[in-house]
Amino acid sequence: MAGERMLECRGLRRSFGDLVAVDGVGFHIDPGEAYGLLGPNAAGKTTTISMIAGLLEPDDGEVVVAGQPMTTHARRAKDAIGYVPQDLAIYPDLSARENLVFFARLYGMPTAEAKRRSQEVLELTGLADRAGDQTKKYSGGMKRRLNIGIGLLHRPKLLILDEPTAGVDPQSRNAILESVESLSGAGMAVLYTTHYMEEAERLCDRVGIIDHGKLIAEGTRKELVSLVGERDHVRMLATGELARAAAALAARPWVHEASTPGEGIDLVVDDARGNLPAILSDAAAAGAAIKSVEVTEPDLEAVFLHLTGRALRD
Amino acid sequence: MRAAVLICLKDLRARLRDRSALLLGIVVPLGLAFIFNSIFSGISGNSKVISLGVVSLDRGAVAQQFTGQVLGAVGKSGLIAVHREHTVAGARALVARGTLNAVIVIPADFSARVQANRPASMQVIGNVDAPISAGIARSIAERYASDLNRIRLSVATVVHGRSQGTPSPGTIRALAARAAAAAAPVAVSDVSAKSKELDQKSFFAAGMAVFFLFFTVQFGVTSLLEERNDGTLARLLAAPISRASILGGKLLTSFLLGVISMTVLVVATSLLFGASWGNPAGVAVLVVAAVLAAMGIMALIATLARNAEQAANWQAVVAVVLGLLGGTFFPVSQAPGILSRLTLVAPQAWFLRGLGDLRGGDLSAVWVPALAMLGIAVVVGGIAMTRLRHMAEV
Repeated sequence: MAGERMLECRGLRRSFGDLVAVDGVGFHIDPGEAYGLLGPNAAGKTTTISMIAGLLEPDDGEVVVAGQPMTTHARRAKDAIGYVPQDLAIYPDLSARENLVFFARLYGMPTAEAKRRSQEVLELTGLADRAGDQTKKYSGGMKRRLNIGIGLLHRPKLLILDEPTAGVDPQSRNAILESVESLSGAGMAVLYTTHYMEEAERLCDRVGIIDHGKLIAEGTRKELVSLVGERDHVRMLATGELARAAAALAARPWVHEASTPGEGIDLVVDDARGNLPAILSDAAAAGAAIKSVEVTEPDLEAVFLHLTGRALRD
Repeated sequence: MRAAVLICLKDLRARLRDRSALLLGIVVPLGLAFIFNSIFSGISGNSKVISLGVVSLDRGAVAQQFTGQVLGAVGKSGLIAVHREHTVAGARALVARGTLNAVIVIPADFSARVQANRPASMQVIGNVDAPISAGIARSIAERYASDLNRIRLSVATVVHGRSQGTPSPGTIRALAARAAAAAAPVAVSDVSAKSKELDQKSFFAAGMAVFFLFFTVQFGVTSLLEERNDGTLARLLAAPISRASILGGKLLTSFLLGVISMTVLVVATSLLFGASWGNPAGVAVLVVAAVLAAMGIMALIATLARNAEQAANWQAVVAVVLGLLGGTFFPVSQAPGILSRLTLVAPQAWFLRGLGDLRGGDLSAVWVPALAMLGIAVVVGGIAMTRLRHMAEV
């Protein structure tokens, strides 16, 4: 099965002096899958992806990209990776087009193809109008787009984005997230590191939670939430037969708790979004008039808090 | 190799665009060579010949011996043109106008005072804008005065040593004639070919070129630190190229910047200032050796620094110290004692010595200086290369 995977890393370990930055991290990404590496600052995310991208040699462990081991076939493995570093890794004295053509040629494209592909990426990132300007004259958002565009130049099978929204204004951030969603939707495997829980939830099919250099949990959001025993909460503001409605809802197998504090009904349920139509239907049938509904789903922040005893941004 | 060339071309384009390499590699050394040449042209002038005037108000034998024999010998050297002037005021006016660099004035009673064993003096009038020429004139006069004193002393010693009373005037004249005949004539001659110095124009052209070479080559290696600081090194390392390609690209950038700037300076100073660099093949060997030595030293300094700014500061200090030691601003070939030995560690000194030797000899004269510079490049550059590999990490 490993041959079908876009990324397989096993037992990655890297120390800097006495500091163990990454300690036995292992996970995989399938083709077309978006995988989020979620953790607070200095958790080991960047060191992990630096080893995956071939920037750092691991002290121990193995990285295989598109079937190519990084240790023995680094060039082939790197060919499959599009790397977008956290910093704006572009040359300020060169234009966007020159930056793109330079990196395209570094990835082995002949000059004509490099120019053609660069033009495509310029249009994709909305920079075609300013392609000839030196990038030091660009706005922060334009630099960010170019930074991602360079990573897409050679049509990689695996796109690695290292906290691409760090220090970005909300508008640019949203544009970046939409780009990643689009690429992931188009079938590109994505490895995305972030310490923003909502980004991981929005973009990623699976999430690995990393802390102090160790992968402490991994799975879909649902799996992670269930892993720590967290459930959805539904609060309905209602009038009428509240006690009767609560009793009817409590009979459902996916309702774990039902209570009537004040002017409403509180429920602890599984899959609140999926069961919401049934909840509303049952309440109405029991004689309750629903005025508003508030659904609270346990998020990855809660999972992280549960697993580490700390908030993500501590 | 392809990746190294791509990185080199990218760096060259960026350097040309920000004009820093152009300024430090060509404009500033060319400008400084021009300025130094202009400043010091008043000392030795564009011509090698010093115009020395002489006003002899004395018809006596001693004055005639000075103007005839001493200044005659000086004039024959071809390095000093002696012009006889009739009046002190006229000569002084010519000095003020710069027509003459200096004038030696022999007072009317000079011979009489010398022969009477009384204090005598000559006057030297110098142009303030040509202090070396005035110094040379003073030196000629002092040398002659010293010879006269030696003759006086010789005669006095012989006279004092004789026990049979005061010698006759004929005896004294004979003694003086013998002492004078034994005196070495004042000689002004070109130095030997083996230790030939560069002329002023060539010296400042070569000195400034090799001094700023150390600033020019630093761009290549230091840009590795800049790439690390800017995050672009991570992107290069993530590309399917080897680390050796990245280092190779940076070193190639340094080498080309150094060779291009030196070539432009050699051609420009030859055409604009009339600098004479010597046999082109020999100059090419020396330039390549100097560039490699400069690269090795600057690369080693860069590997010791934490960031590009610190590297640039340390490199500037080293370049200035080595430049001074290497005699890029003033000749150090005649430096005394330990300073003379210290100059051996400066590639600049070997480069300038190589150019001097090239002018005094054939092409083979450059091998010792070139090998010395290559030795520095291998030793220092070798240490730098082992450290550079660690720099190519994020």
